Amino acid sequence: MTTLPGMAAPLDADEQARLEDVARRIRVEVIRTVNHARGGHLGGPLSAADILAALYFRILRIRPDEPDWPDRDRLILSKGHSSIGLYAAMALRGYLPLEELATFDAVHSRLQGHPDMNLLPGLDMSTGSLGMGISAGVGIALGARLTGRDCRTFVILGDGECQEGEVWEAAMVGARYGLDNLVAIVDHNKLQQYGWPGASAEHRRPPEEPGELAAKWSAFGWRVLEMDGHDMAAVVATLEATTRPEGRPVAVIAHTVKGRGVSFMEDRYYWHTRILQPEEYAQAMAELGEPVGSAEGEAR
Amino acid sequence: MTLPMGRAMREVFGETVAAMADEDPRIVMLDGDLGSSTKAEIFERAHPERFLPMGIAEQNMLGVAAGLATMGLIPYISTFVSFALIRPLDQIRVLIAQTGLPVKITAGYAGLFTGMAGKTHQVVDDVSIARAMPGIVVVSPADDIEAAQVLRWSAEHPGPVYIRLVRDATQRLFDESYAFRFGEAVVVREGGDVTLLSTGAQTPRVVDAADLLADAGIQAHVVHLPTIKPMDVGAVVSAAERTGRVITIEEHTVIGGLGGAVAEILSEHRPTRVDRIGLPDIYTESGPNDALLDLYGLSATRVAEQVRRTLDAG
Repeated sequence: MTTLPGMAAPLDADEQARLEDVARRIRVEVIRTVNHARGGHLGGPLSAADILAALYFRILRIRPDEPDWPDRDRLILSKGHSSIGLYAAMALRGYLPLEELATFDAVHSRLQGHPDMNLLPGLDMSTGSLGMGISAGVGIALGARLTGRDCRTFVILGDGECQEGEVWEAAMVGARYGLDNLVAIVDHNKLQQYGWPGASAEHRRPPEEPGELAAKWSAFGWRVLEMDGHDMAAVVATLEATTRPEGRPVAVIAHTVKGRGVSFMEDRYYWHTRILQPEEYAQAMAELGEPVGSAEGEAR
Repeated sequence: MTLPMGRAMREVFGETVAAMADEDPRIVMLDGDLGSSTKAEIFERAHPERFLPMGIAEQNMLGVAAGLATMGLIPYISTFVSFALIRPLDQIRVLIAQTGLPVKITAGYAGLFTGMAGKTHQVVDDVSIARAMPGIVVVSPADDIEAAQVLRWSAEHPGPVYIRLVRDATQRLFDESYAFRFGEAVVVREGGDVTLLSTGAQTPRVVDAADLLADAGIQAHVVHLPTIKPMDVGAVVSAAERTGRVITIEEHTVIGGLGGAVAEILSEHRPTRVDRIGLPDIYTESGPNDALLDLYGLSATRVAEQVRRTLDAG
């Protein structure tokens, strides 16, 4: 019925280690797949990996073998360009064969550059043009209320995405309807594809000052929670705290690092999308504990 | 003879969707703060729990509609063409047209009649834009009778639809015996001299123009195309064969709308001279309805004049 036996149990050390390893494997599959496809986004999927691991392996009430189960929790990746992170999490959770990740970005693949709900069962909305997923999430949460379903809806947004005016239209309407079955998780990695000039040519920065995003969501009437988006215990505790209905939607500001898990990608805006050189690929996989040439590394 | 006046399509919109919702619990109405103009207020009075104010935030409104549709609901949209199609175009494209979700984009204030709001609200290129987008069907009813039937049909259609609804009372073309059929054209007047193709509330004015032409000895064959996409190719081809001369008339730019669609079909299936009467490549201005029709050559008298001039030019 639920995702895992003992899902509601406290996060013990074993469970935390298990989720951390899921996040690591998501990162491995992201690097491996983008390298194989010779293109794709890296920085964003890596910053969201821990959140995706916690959602798919602990938080979401889902049935991977029955992806259209009407009472499932919904997840929308509003920052659709991080699709490979989502696909990796879904593959590890059993929605698709792990081997299918190799078709990412190829023609006739179910794994389009941006998620297509009509191709891959388990996707609750097609996304890719920024700002839209949160509106669809408001619609799903409102629809759940109108149809009497107690499912919850999670939407993962980018912080750069929050520059879209539509996000704040959705925030206004979601708060007006008091949708406490809706959770927006903002992957706040403080970088976007190009951003604004920073301290040097190597550095670019976002438009807002620290703390601004949380203040904005709060000003729009949302209950705001903040967490370290790479501390699995904090991620789980925060996402589990969103279940407490308080008559308004919840915005979780996840403080993250773009490119997290690969030293030379971390906090570098230009790893938003970039093709890996062979030595970079080898180093990234080694840092993620999956050296190229190991049995699993060569399997695909 | 002049066709009688019918009721305003916006009144029909509010009443019909409210009546549909009596029987279909899936129907909801999303309002972009214009319910008193679009007459979605009639729906609100009947079904307050399914009337969903979305504020002045149309990009979000279309996205919310897509989300609602995934939950098994059938959302109808209450706003004007400019805010139902043009402003949220990308949301429609990504969340509705590409997904095929059954959102019903019922766009009010179609054409020139916008309560004198002027060019910001007079969207005269909506057919061209909607027609070019894969995954959306485009329907433009002629009068109140047809509008009610189109609305009832729309709930049964499995995918997204774009329906053009006129603000004010327009002439009534059909009687209660009429039956709208999606994708099918309707011959509304027989004649052998020239084929006149029209759509939406322009068709009744073309029928009146045909009467004026008959007084001058020209027998026009008039075909109404309520479904602009997918277009009834067979009907267009046979209407062209009937007279060998086709003129399209629309309350819309001549670029890419009905005239454009007809020219595409005939150039490929049955090369025939096609002249297009409609708005030139301009933005329109505010004014009383009759004055606008006269100014832009779309009143029955002006259509008859333009058809005669076109035929005289050879």
